[in-house]
Amino acid sequence: MGEITYLEAIREALFEEMERDVNVFCLGEDIGAFGGAFKVTEGLQAKYGEQRVIDTPISEAAIIGAAAGASHMGMRPVAELQFIDFISCGYDMLTNYIATARYRAFLPCPMVVRGPSGGYVRGGPFHSQNPEAAFLHTPGLKIVYPATAADAKGLMKAAIRDDDCVLFFEHKYLYRRVKDVMPAGDHIVPIGKARVAREGNDVSIITYAATVWKALEAAEQLEREDGLSVEVIDLRTLLPMDDEAIVATVKKTNRVMIVHEDTRTGGIAGEITARINETCFEWLDAPVLRVTAHDVPLPYSPPLEDFVLPQVRDIVAVARHLARY
Amino acid sequence: MCIAPLIRIIYRPQATEVEFPEHPLDLDAMLSMPQSSDPGPQRPARPHADRLTREQRLALYRHMRMTRTLEERLVALYRQTKVVGGLFRSLGQEADAVGSAYALERRDIMSPLIRNMGSMLVKGATPLEILRQYMAKGDSPTRGRELNIHFGDLVRGFVGQISHLGDMIPVMAGIALSFKMRREDRVVLVYIGDGATSTGAFHEGVNFAAVQQVPMVVIVENNGYAYSTPTGRQTAANSFMDKALGYGMAGVQADGNDVLAVYDVTKAAVDRARAGGGPTLVELITYRRKGHAEHDNQSYVPTGEIEWWAANNDPIDRFVAWLGEHDGVTAEELAAIDASVSQEIDAATDEAELSPMPEPLDALVGIYGEPPTLEPHWYREGVRTAVEQHERPASWGTHDG
Repeated sequence: MGEITYLEAIREALFEEMERDVNVFCLGEDIGAFGGAFKVTEGLQAKYGEQRVIDTPISEAAIIGAAAGASHMGMRPVAELQFIDFISCGYDMLTNYIATARYRAFLPCPMVVRGPSGGYVRGGPFHSQNPEAAFLHTPGLKIVYPATAADAKGLMKAAIRDDDCVLFFEHKYLYRRVKDVMPAGDHIVPIGKARVAREGNDVSIITYAATVWKALEAAEQLEREDGLSVEVIDLRTLLPMDDEAIVATVKKTNRVMIVHEDTRTGGIAGEITARINETCFEWLDAPVLRVTAHDVPLPYSPPLEDFVLPQVRDIVAVARHLARY
Repeated sequence: MCIAPLIRIIYRPQATEVEFPEHPLDLDAMLSMPQSSDPGPQRPARPHADRLTREQRLALYRHMRMTRTLEERLVALYRQTKVVGGLFRSLGQEADAVGSAYALERRDIMSPLIRNMGSMLVKGATPLEILRQYMAKGDSPTRGRELNIHFGDLVRGFVGQISHLGDMIPVMAGIALSFKMRREDRVVLVYIGDGATSTGAFHEGVNFAAVQQVPMVVIVENNGYAYSTPTGRQTAANSFMDKALGYGMAGVQADGNDVLAVYDVTKAAVDRARAGGGPTLVELITYRRKGHAEHDNQSYVPTGEIEWWAANNDPIDRFVAWLGEHDGVTAEELAAIDASVSQEIDAATDEAELSPMPEPLDALVGIYGEPPTLEPHWYREGVRTAVEQHERPASWGTHDG
């Protein structure tokens, strides 16, 4: 068994889950014969037919809302958004209808909303977004954002089997850039569990998605040039957050930075910082620091995008600052 | 149908040059108006309604009476502050709610709006549930989490609405989609008001349902007002029925204050959906005689309009007259039904008043399947305990010196 890409891993998960459970079906724009804008669903309709792989009108509210209705009846829909940027068109459905349904009406929504996310791809302001923080604030939703191909598969399978609505962010920069050999058998990565992507003792980097790879690159450079031992925590799930993993790394290194590609103000790094403050303040030897995008819409032109987004050199600089503190 | 031009005049006094008529709806003229496909009879042909038994027609009457009397009881409880939230009436719209829901089978699933208490009663919701819900009781259908008639039960076939108007259309289209995918012999019915047809969710959901040809009936209840906004300020279309054309689906219109007409037109749409004929948009013309909610003084309504509808086009009065004329239903029979309705409401009120309020900690149960409950904030457990349990390192930080 050879390596497959992050994108192929997601596709493999969809095939396996549709094969395993007849209630699983996919719906979205151009996902059928065309296979989706990024070809994630390629071949699905040929195998499972138009009834289970449904091409929809350009209607994010209808896609997400209809998925919710079907999920009430025991179906397990997987709704694709062509780009995750368009999730804002279904925001009302997700936050008002779906997130509240189990609580207010005892109607679970076992469904997945997935889509290509993130920047570093010259996509401009409407094809590069990381809107996860907009939903972190909504009780009732779950959010996963894998960094590796193996996690992409295992988390997708877990998301489809979860009894609540899972927002599944797929990083399009990673789609064809990262690969793994898939673990044998029914590979499930539990929702809510972080992963230690690299062990270290001096500084911790808490991150997720594409910036996991930036952090790993920075960690290697810091070890090579500074002799620093850097730990990298890949959150994998943002909601519910793995507090135990966060506390463990804080207690281990006492110096922490949070890295994310999303903008800074109101971002997830602020939430993690508050949790560290509340649960393990006394273990810190330095303030918790953030490395994030600047607070602007993501611009298109390479010099602009590269300036706005967090880069390896930013992580290296902040790690050195923390180590010296 | 031929009633549309009359109706348009009523609702669009400011939007057109037409003078607001003193008696806007000439009911006799409407009912005697010949139908294009059926020029003979003095009233519209009602093949489905004509098949109802006398007993079924009396059941329709009881549901309408229950709706009105229960709402009157809720007003009394509201004034005693026992209804802790807002109160929404459907006075004058009982026929449209009851007649349409009556066209469904038990296995079908319906999504009501705030003026569809009658539809919910038809689907098996009980006065006790509704009273507990309005009174925010711990044993209400939503355990005190939601207000008024925002509750549902998939077994009896109704789904709790949310306040964001239009959202139920895509959701119910999804339920209908599941029926189609599993080849289940079931139909979905979803209500929407004249105002909510202006939302994006309405458009997306109806379009999706039409493209997918799912078994769904969309009832547009045109009651003249969305809060204070008259229909003429909501749409420039001549009728809501006309909108169906744009979606490539069937569209019909009926007198929403004639319970048999409502039943008839809805039953035809339900049958079409069940037979695989796809969705239908049904516009029911009715009139909202109370404000948006109980606090609303209706200062925006032209003088005399509410009184005209109360005097000349009350759905219960009309049906009572019909029952007397066609079914020989006596005043004594109706009085017996009314008495049983009042008795049921009295008993339910007594029971609901005795119901406990919810336990506060239940607020943290069931936001997710897993984890099933959330922890209360630590300071709710007592500050001292929290501080004592807070783990600290042996010395501040880990600085060596």
